[in-house]
Amino acid sequence: MTFEKFLFYFFAAMVIFAGLMLITRRNPVHSVLFLVLAFFNAAGLWMLMEAEFLAIALVLVYVGAVMVLFLFVVMMLDINVAELKPGCFIKYLPVGLLIALTMVVEMVMVVGPSHFGLALYAAPAPHAPGYSNTRELGEMLYTTYMYPFEIAAVILLVAIVAAIGLTLRRRPDSRYQNPSKQVRVKRDERLRIVKMPAEAKMEPK
Amino acid sequence: MDAISNFLASFPSEFPVLWILVRIVVIVLPLMLAVAYFTYAERKIIGYMQVRLGPNRVGPKGWLQPIADAVKLMFKEIVIPTGANKFLFVLAPMLALGPALAAWAVLPFDDGLVLTDIDAGLLYILALTSVAVYGVIIAGWTSNSKYAFLGAIRSAAQIVSYEIAMGFALVGVLVAAGSLNLSQIVHAQEGGILHWFWLPLLPLFVIYFVSGVAETNRAPFDVAEGESEIVAGFHVEYSGMTFAVFFLAEYANMILVSALTALMFLGGWLSPFQGTFMESWFDWVPGIVWFFLKILIFGFLFLWFRATFPRYRYDQIMRLGWKVFIPITIVWILVVAVAVVYKFPIWFD
Repeated sequence: MTFEKFLFYFFAAMVIFAGLMLITRRNPVHSVLFLVLAFFNAAGLWMLMEAEFLAIALVLVYVGAVMVLFLFVVMMLDINVAELKPGCFIKYLPVGLLIALTMVVEMVMVVGPSHFGLALYAAPAPHAPGYSNTRELGEMLYTTYMYPFEIAAVILLVAIVAAIGLTLRRRPDSRYQNPSKQVRVKRDERLRIVKMPAEAKMEPK
Repeated sequence: MDAISNFLASFPSEFPVLWILVRIVVIVLPLMLAVAYFTYAERKIIGYMQVRLGPNRVGPKGWLQPIADAVKLMFKEIVIPTGANKFLFVLAPMLALGPALAAWAVLPFDDGLVLTDIDAGLLYILALTSVAVYGVIIAGWTSNSKYAFLGAIRSAAQIVSYEIAMGFALVGVLVAAGSLNLSQIVHAQEGGILHWFWLPLLPLFVIYFVSGVAETNRAPFDVAEGESEIVAGFHVEYSGMTFAVFFLAEYANMILVSALTALMFLGGWLSPFQGTFMESWFDWVPGIVWFFLKILIFGFLFLWFRATFPRYRYDQIMRLGWKVFIPITIVWILVVAVAVVYKFPIWFD
């Protein structure tokens, strides 16, 4: 076993371990943290495949942004951990196992040796140290796969617009500040200086 | 037997590993020392700005103050609150410090003086700085305390907002430099102070640094800590060494953001007099000195901000991030892209 192989099995085992912990933890925050661990190890696997751009992008986008939002939401939820009894997990286990099994079978059928075996695709030769995966990816993305890339971008844009359109509503009772007004405020609008005559001198009686 | 010897042989031989370790120590030790004296500088500078003297009792002119603080924190008891998850509680400060140190791996100190010269350096930095928020979030959540939790929630929202503006500012830099490699970004700025990216990317420069201040949870964006509102925010339950590690992480992050701003917008190790008649006068100055001087400028700005500005109101922080910074960065990326395509003179020709 070479060092790379050892790393591969280590990362793969960690991904599976984190995945299992993710679905068996009772506390949802712990689950999310295990998901983060799974992402990190998946990034390690991609790094082994010399896809450093994708690996770092995975950490940047999923760990750095998406999971922070996840944690944010999960922490805010008022979940009574005691109510999430292990009985719940057992109850849904058969259905879960069935779905998992179906997916494994499907994945083996699609990406198994009959379609992606070494006989069909030779193992890629390792690249020299100066090889830039980032440049390669960029060149492919903006030439060969230009249209799929643009279409995906437009679909995402539509999704953003739709999400905002669905959730945007004006509540009549909400109060908000108008910052430009706040900044432009003049002294005369807030402060009134009252000129009063000094009190008259008391005449000695 | 064969398999084991094969396995050992495929390890990189021990000497390079040792060499890398030595280089890591050479970077991290001075960094830790810099962090210690940055805290001293902060107390002194803010002291003078507020017409006080600052620490002046421990050692000559108070120079030993950071050492005394470190020793004091090391010998203090670490209190773990009841109901806190012990593992996560201890892990959180390490998660905060780890990325702050790991990011230095790709920072070039001089031409060729870098631990690992990777091509996706900028991306690596961005990924690591965004991971650093986990320390704060986990600390706040696992402390099992209201104030700590409020701090964590505030920090999460703030970092997600400013991460985007920061990322877009970096997109502008990489469009201008045509590379994600930090050394090549510096090389793209060759040619004296007017050729550095601070001028063509001025809005991005300002936005990057302000977002950096926000990401390090420093005043005026220190709502995650907010002493006057939520005691000490996410690290209210931390004591002794665990607190010290959070402190180290914050200051290491400040130095990191200063170094990154210097690299990407002020030409890193390049001399400001390059290409002028004064170039030969300053030839004897090594590049690393220029780099440190530029870091010092931004380090001082961090302290100056803290002494000057009152804390931002929370809704104003969100407004600044989403409604001001993000639109400006998007517009300026477009401007930079057009300038690069049409080879705008002096910077992009």
